Amino acid sequence: MEASQKQVGQPLSRLEGQLKVTGTAKYSGDYQVPGLLYGYVINSTITKGKITRLDTGRAKAVPGIVEVFTYENRPSLAWFDLQYADMDAPPGSPFRPLQDEEILYNGQPIGLVVAESFELARYGATLVEVECEEEAFETDLRKEASKARSPKIGMATMLKPLPPRPKGKFEKAYQESPAQVSAEYYHGTEHHNPLELFATTTIYEGDGKLTIYDKTQGTINSQLYVSNIFGLKYKDVRVISPYVGGAFGSALRPQYQLFLSVMAALELKQSVLVTLDRQQMFTFGHRPPTIQQTRFSADMDGKVTAMNHLAIGETSRFEDYTEVVVNWSHMLYPAANTLMQYKLVELDVYSPLDMRSPGGSTGMHAIESTMDELAYKTKIDPLQLRLINYSEDDVSLNRPYSSKELRQCYLQGAERFGWDKRSPEPRSMRRGNKLVGYGMATGIWEANQLPAKADAILTTDGKLRVNSAVTDIGTGTLTVMTQIAADELGMKIEDVEFLYGDSKKPFAPIQGGSFTVSTVGSAVKVAGAALKKKLFSIAKKMKDSVFSKADLKEVVFEDSRIFLRSDRSKSVSFLEIIEANGGKPIKVSKFSVPSLLKQKKYSRATHSAAFVEVEVDEQLGIVNVTRAITAVAAGKIINPKTARSQILGGMIWGISKALREETIQDFNLGKYMNQNLAEYHIPVHADIHELDVIFVEENDEIVNALGVKGVGEIGLVAMPPAIANAIYHATGKRINQLPIHFDSLL
Amino acid sequence: MGSIFSFEDGFLFLRSIQLLGIIVIVSIDVYQCYITMLTEIVEKPGLIRSGQVSLKVNGNPVQLNLLPWVSLLDAIRDHAGLTGTKKGCDHGQCGACTVICDGKRIVSCLTLAVMKDGSEITTIEGVAPEGDLHPLQKAFIEHDAFQCGYCTPGQICSAIGMMKEGKAKSREEVKELMSGNLCRCGANTNIIDAIMEVQNQDAHE
Amino acid sequence: MNNFDYLKAGDIQDAIGKSGSCTDSSYIGGGTNLLDLMKYDLAHPTTLIDINHAGTQDAVTETENGGLRLSAFATNADTAWHPLIEEKYPLLSKAILAGASAQIRNMATNGGNLLQRTRCYYFYDANVPCNKREPGSGCSAILGYNRIMAILGTSEHCIAVFPSDMCIALAALEATVNVEGPNGPRSIVFADFHRLPGDTPELDNNLLPGEIITSIDLPPQGFSDNYSYLKLRDRNSYAFALVSVATGLELDGDIIRNARIALGGVAHKPWRVPEAEEFLVGKAASEENFAQAADIILRGATGYQYNDFKIELAKRAIIRNGMMALHPETQLPGALPSA
Repeated sequence: MEASQKQVGQPLSRLEGQLKVTGTAKYSGDYQVPGLLYGYVINSTITKGKITRLDTGRAKAVPGIVEVFTYENRPSLAWFDLQYADMDAPPGSPFRPLQDEEILYNGQPIGLVVAESFELARYGATLVEVECEEEAFETDLRKEASKARSPKIGMATMLKPLPPRPKGKFEKAYQESPAQVSAEYYHGTEHHNPLELFATTTIYEGDGKLTIYDKTQGTINSQLYVSNIFGLKYKDVRVISPYVGGAFGSALRPQYQLFLSVMAALELKQSVLVTLDRQQMFTFGHRPPTIQQTRFSADMDGKVTAMNHLAIGETSRFEDYTEVVVNWSHMLYPAANTLMQYKLVELDVYSPLDMRSPGGSTGMHAIESTMDELAYKTKIDPLQLRLINYSEDDVSLNRPYSSKELRQCYLQGAERFGWDKRSPEPRSMRRGNKLVGYGMATGIWEANQLPAKADAILTTDGKLRVNSAVTDIGTGTLTVMTQIAADELGMKIEDVEFLYGDSKKPFAPIQGGSFTVSTVGSAVKVAGAALKKKLFSIAKKMKDSVFSKADLKEVVFEDSRIFLRSDRSKSVSFLEIIEANGGKPIKVSKFSVPSLLKQKKYSRATHSAAFVEVEVDEQLGIVNVTRAITAVAAGKIINPKTARSQILGGMIWGISKALREETIQDFNLGKYMNQNLAEYHIPVHADIHELDVIFVEENDEIVNALGVKGVGEIGLVAMPPAIANAIYHATGKRINQLPIHFDSLL
Repeated sequence: MGSIFSFEDGFLFLRSIQLLGIIVIVSIDVYQCYITMLTEIVEKPGLIRSGQVSLKVNGNPVQLNLLPWVSLLDAIRDHAGLTGTKKGCDHGQCGACTVICDGKRIVSCLTLAVMKDGSEITTIEGVAPEGDLHPLQKAFIEHDAFQCGYCTPGQICSAIGMMKEGKAKSREEVKELMSGNLCRCGANTNIIDAIMEVQNQDAHE
Repeated sequence: MNNFDYLKAGDIQDAIGKSGSCTDSSYIGGGTNLLDLMKYDLAHPTTLIDINHAGTQDAVTETENGGLRLSAFATNADTAWHPLIEEKYPLLSKAILAGASAQIRNMATNGGNLLQRTRCYYFYDANVPCNKREPGSGCSAILGYNRIMAILGTSEHCIAVFPSDMCIALAALEATVNVEGPNGPRSIVFADFHRLPGDTPELDNNLLPGEIITSIDLPPQGFSDNYSYLKLRDRNSYAFALVSVATGLELDGDIIRNARIALGGVAHKPWRVPEAEEFLVGKAASEENFAQAADIILRGATGYQYNDFKIELAKRAIIRNGMMALHPETQLPGALPSA
């Protein structure tokens, strides 16, 4: 290890911690400027149809209410779908707020009241009269499952591959195998519900310029969206989002409060804050309900012979949102015969939207529950069954993994959990009046990298400043990027400043899919490397330079100095280099592009193994996840403290998905019924017990120069099936619908 | 068929009623009258009266001229300009807006500022002397007890209130009495670790 | 939310007077339910009369008959944690602490707790039919998603449940509600305070216009030796009950001398069946006997598809809570099932 490798790998506390614990970190709704106007959104209360009459007169008559915007008086805007498409838009026609009289889904925004205070705007919304003509609608996936069709293909498909082609002869192999398991799974709708309400503050700067504080996972995504729709120059639109109060995918696409805030600010030539309320947080993207069927077979030695996985997901009538649900099993298990199918059903809902571990958390529940059943069928320990079917390669694409330490995840996780204390029979373990169950499952998630750019500047005081447009949605991006930059230049953390969350800074894609560290971290690294090169070339040209005969390979960067490797008494400080540069800062700008040629020979993925203990009250069905361990192989871990928190967060999301959260739909009314945090149950502190994380060492020189794979998603995927499997082990009951209600165990 | 949104749902429901075989006349007129009545009431002129509200916020006297419908939360954020207190639901379902009011933790979204005239309020900005951190704030940083940070002011104010109540001793009791503060990032175990550390320190002092 | 006028009442008579002189006024105590309803546009008072200073906020006073009087104006938290309540009426303490969150219990008043409105999804959505909200518009819950709805005492007009925990214990303790109104004071026995939906689901209770709850009296018997409150819900805390049970037992050895069982989360009011309690008198405190009592209590229960499970769950909860009452020292935070 090089002496300069000091920060990467350290459990550094979050650098913005002090701002967050003192309430000084500002989120998009926290910017108060003189004359700020408040917008309150009016939403459709029917599911489908047309607005036949709108009367805003009574609202507008109230003193203090400035304007009411509807489709009737909105400004003329961009025409083409492409202009409304953002970086995460699926194939189809993106939803356009206040477009016309058509109502496409329940809760659709149909108006914006702008007033001098929040209270007046909210009051005004109750005074607007809306009459509608209602049309027949359908929101029930199960009822419409027979209408499932193949998804359309578009740009988004690149990051979301369709199912692999069938292999072998599934039907024949399945029928001829001695052990067969088939099951059907149903997952309902879920909403991201970050704790922060979606808010956009548009500061009207005059001369056609806007500064926008937006809740987003991509400042440049919001900037492009606004510029394209409202016909503004990119340089005149600046989107700033340093603090994002959770997102989990919900802010991957610009949401309607951004559109409405900007529209109102431009029309009124004043600054406008539009904040959605919690009910309105259920009126845009969501995790789609999904039906799955699996049929897996094995020989009696446990070798999986055939796998069929079908998923039918929900989408809207206007876009084909897809997820990768059925591709995972064959990436893990080398069956010779496979049939993977993925279909969509159009319903009268808003387009679904990526939600933490999209597709993976859905598919892996079905896959790993089916594997668990196969274990019982073949009388093989569930962990053993995974090891029997372990594959070093990605058989689905016939290529090796860039790295895969899943076996170590299984072994280390099992060891720490005490898996060997599990007695194989269901209902065979108990503690007082509770049945105890052990369950395990495998997790997998892709390790992608996208292009990104970063600036690195050595400032006149000899400090390093690195710039990127990327956001930090709570993942620890600021801290991790600072660590990467510090190490690259051989500097102390306190001498490095990472500036981010601003569309004026160098390009970064939307933050999601567990690809931020690999994407932006790589850009920071190459920018740092370029800066080193530049510093060295200046140092070399200095008068009587100690490096006159050396090249870059012969020096090390440490303690804000460049040392000659062969003679460490010879060195130049960064401040001396600045001086040699005429006292001017030294700046480089660098694009990082994934080495596709190298990468495409390999499959790149993170892996995990989750081990769960549940207690189920035998009489009352109440379930508690009393203990869970997730062992993760995710390449290099830059910051074990923040990475551990990411995994813990994912595990708690897994507990929530398995046992708590669900959006309740009333299909007669075509709407969601629990649009609040009292009845949309996310876990409370009392729900969460002992959780542990193991990072398995994994070296990967292919995935990217940092060897990182991302940890945002992998903590979640294995938990729901591990919990369902533990509940089966405890009770002998297999519940394939999530969340598992305790009363289904009575 | 044109009508106000809600009436359509009435028709939908009629379908269900028929299934039950119950004869009920859904009176759209009653509903319509209700709506009309409502708007008349709320638009009655002269009703809107603002008044002076005196609060002591983080030790500083604050005089606000407020309409009665301003919640304590909105008064703190929009009128007193202290945006550290967060709005996560506005209905008492998440705890993000927790402040300490006259020594007790409350959700500031579910009370009106006028009802708290004369009260002493401590928000996250005032839990420690300026430039210093409360032991809980330090422990939250050390234990990585937040990710996005949005629930954090409420968690910390709530934990301060809880420790003052003195009813939670065990970890299980702390978890129960902190359950009014949701964390969507899943920092739950780290939050409870941070609180337990400070609570145990206090117990030893 | 509409705008409204705000008045502060100095005492009870002042409050009643103010109420009489305004149309569509509403008293406000803690406000934790009323403001919630107003923000959802479900309640539209034009005047709020703040009664927080109209009565004593001292939670508890002792009464001549050896019982206690709870001030309606005191907070739930002050009541639950009052030493006399913890000592003599721990069942009430546990029930209060199983409700809402610590913050809300610091705000919500005892009087307001009795007046909570239902958490029925359809009541809470101003744009769908609901007879409780808009009499005559229909009940969307009967054929809708009714997992949380009632199984006892329902009518064809309403299957909503009353959401309080505190009141389930008050019902079991046979409290009395003291009210003051334009026509003077009166007392209402707890069983008569809340109503079943019948033909008038819009009425939750028998309070008359202008009346204020001033106090709640607890009779001397507090069942402090053998009690238990059990709350079953979709998460371990901060959620409304699907089924809850308050049980108080007076034992002589293992023979039951007196029993009280009240159910929450199953009806439009706290549910008690005296016949079941009488059945238990003189019998052993055993699972078998609690099971028979449970059958009596659940007699006539009807599910509406998604809440069918509540019938069996309620029976099991009654049995379990009966056994838990034999070991009150094992009560867990949050009224979770214990040994």
